[in-house]
Amino acid sequence: MTIAVTAWLGAMPGFMAPLLLAALGLLLCERAGVLNLGVEGVMALGAMVGAAMSLAGWSPWAAMGAGALGGLAVSLPFMVAVIVFRAPQISAGLALAAIALGASAALGRGASHKPFPGLENMTWGGDWAALPVVGRMLFQQDAVVYLTLILAGLMALWLMRTRAGLRLRAVGEDPATADASGVDVQLYQFGAVAVGSLLIGLAGAYLSVGGSNIWTEGMVAGRGWIALALVVFAQWSPIRAIGGAVLFGGAEALIPRLQAMGVEVPVYLLSMLPYALTIGVLVLMALSKRARQAEPGFLGRAYIRQDR
Amino acid sequence: MALRIGGASKSFSDHKVLDAVDFDLAAGEVHALLGENGAGKSTLMNILSGIYTADAGRIEIDGAPVSVSGPAAAVALGIGMVHQHFKLVQPFTGRENLHLAASGLPVVPPRATVDAQISELVIRSGLDVALDVPVARLSVAEQQRIEILKTLLLGARILVLDEPTAVLTDAEADGLLSLVRDLAAQGHAIIFITHKLREVISAGDRVSVLRRGRMVLANRAVEDVTRDDLSSAMIGGQDVAVTKRAGARSGADLLSVSGATVMDGGATFVSGANLTVRAGEIHGLAGVGGNGQRELAEAVLGMRPLADGRVVLEGHDLKAASVAARRGVGMRYIPADRSADALASNVTLADNLAATAVRTGALGRGLVWPGRIRAHAGSLIEAFGIAGASGGARRPVRLLSGGNAQKVILAREIDGDARLIIAHSPTRGLDVAACAYVHDRLIEAASRGAGVLLISEDLEEILALSDRISVISRGRIASTADGRPDRAQIGDLMLGHA
Repeated sequence: MTIAVTAWLGAMPGFMAPLLLAALGLLLCERAGVLNLGVEGVMALGAMVGAAMSLAGWSPWAAMGAGALGGLAVSLPFMVAVIVFRAPQISAGLALAAIALGASAALGRGASHKPFPGLENMTWGGDWAALPVVGRMLFQQDAVVYLTLILAGLMALWLMRTRAGLRLRAVGEDPATADASGVDVQLYQFGAVAVGSLLIGLAGAYLSVGGSNIWTEGMVAGRGWIALALVVFAQWSPIRAIGGAVLFGGAEALIPRLQAMGVEVPVYLLSMLPYALTIGVLVLMALSKRARQAEPGFLGRAYIRQDR
Repeated sequence: MALRIGGASKSFSDHKVLDAVDFDLAAGEVHALLGENGAGKSTLMNILSGIYTADAGRIEIDGAPVSVSGPAAAVALGIGMVHQHFKLVQPFTGRENLHLAASGLPVVPPRATVDAQISELVIRSGLDVALDVPVARLSVAEQQRIEILKTLLLGARILVLDEPTAVLTDAEADGLLSLVRDLAAQGHAIIFITHKLREVISAGDRVSVLRRGRMVLANRAVEDVTRDDLSSAMIGGQDVAVTKRAGARSGADLLSVSGATVMDGGATFVSGANLTVRAGEIHGLAGVGGNGQRELAEAVLGMRPLADGRVVLEGHDLKAASVAARRGVGMRYIPADRSADALASNVTLADNLAATAVRTGALGRGLVWPGRIRAHAGSLIEAFGIAGASGGARRPVRLLSGGNAQKVILAREIDGDARLIIAHSPTRGLDVAACAYVHDRLIEAASRGAGVLLISEDLEEILALSDRISVISRGRIASTADGRPDRAQIGDLMLGHA
């Protein structure tokens, strides 16, 4: 039992990190008032680019960087449509998801099912790494896991403690007031979605380069949608997103353990899980008054300055 | 002079809104600017704050001509606007809102400096307010203080307060007036826009009156003018005060609301309210906004559940009735928020007018006929003189002016079958002519035997139109024994003293 728990906890951060990265990217977009429903596709593209570059002989870090840039590139039309032309965010986001999913499948055909060397785990902390049960979870993970956690902390600080963070939040809550205070609403939204897309692309690249070390079509498997639910669950707070990612990632890490222990879990039930979880979380959060208040006031709406 | 405006003119598509207006303002004074809705006050102030550019005229600050090219230029010139609708990010704390405003300054000081500046400003100006709770949890008066702090933080020396007391209770208004006096004593120049004579007399040094785009009384010391001077300057020669209906007869109780309690999310909005409206009468319900008026109206209409109590209209017990059933027995509603609650703004005039007529079968049974919708709309447009409907009934209602939009609602709600009309702030934001039109239609409906419940924050309107008057305060309704409280008694009732 202890072995199973140790293995489960040890695998958990690897499942948590991509969810958290994607959620942080999304959180940034949403704090600026932009609802980006394209996550699933952008992650898929990032995963494909990361794998293709790894197969081309790039180092894991360079490959993940390329995946992040791929995420940004595929999001550009969405950004222009939504921020410049104020297209409806929901349909534009769904279109982005479809385009990016399709593009990753079409462009990645040559990279499919070919293993490549991925990111190595670090071992640090000296004797602490040998701690029973939690040693592996805390001290034997790859660098992305640690960096992602640090990023969550930095993002929280940036949002709540800096002038730029304050402006970004104002843009998402009440763009008219931000505008009147001299904040360039579109510039902030552009910046937020650009950085957000980089993070989401990176989350996808980490799935292939840091996780499976192989790319197959559809390997994102709904994690983008989970990230969307995760942001709501976290009430738009980067710190709470860590908790959410641990929860969702832990649940995900449990499935292979259960299978290894011989528990029969129908595969269709498993593929349903992300969506069921998403709906469940959204319903729960909709019932909570506090969660509803945490939502950025202008999320998903187009701001057009009043005619003068 | 801190500020001098000379010969300012502005037209909007052939309509002259400002006609060669002169205005001046000295440091340390409160200059009251009076005028009816649509007199041009807002246009003048929008020119001063850089939102509009004047067609002609000049602006001087401290004797030097300036060009106010935009809102940022106005701020740089030391002009601060406190709008009626606060520009505050509601989930942010007061401090965050001040930081946000300060970040719009050309040179951005670090946060600690801003905080020091804020503390210093709070002490100096006497604008004491909780800065570390979300603005949404503060009262309107407190939010207003933050809004004033914001303009001061941005270095405003010329402060424009646009009808600042319209949203306040009397006690809060008194607090604001003394604050304004203090700010003037500290050397600020203050333009105080209002249409309440009492405030001009108690807080103003000088007064100017705008009527239909002209300064009809310019830059006069308050001591030198009488109330009568001011009111006749405001309304001009014409007698716009609604003539009280002579000997209005009222019949039996039409609507009776008893023990009505309305709750929402744990808060009680209306508690144990009793109210009757007789056939043929206008019953005025006075009160400062946000004291349960909207909730009461919506509960009577069936749009909200009654936690307790009864609503009876001509013998029909309506406690559990649907909105449709209530309309069926003759209930009609003119809500306070025209665009949100009464009209579908992107839908055509004809369809907005047809929305309630489809049930009557007048437009066809089962299927509705476009020709009948058009004819229905055409006759109402004519009967109610809905102007601005060029392009006909096919224009979306959002293109109509406030007055015409209200006429669309009147045309739809005051039909032949109307028995009880609940009119909530029916003249809010309308010009003098449109106000008079709305009043005439309500009076006409009452003289046809319908009952009118007139809910309004405008005491003049209530006093001019009502046969009986009640007052709502913190969800409780009170009146005097004879149902005709005078101005002073209404004031007492508003404060909750019986």
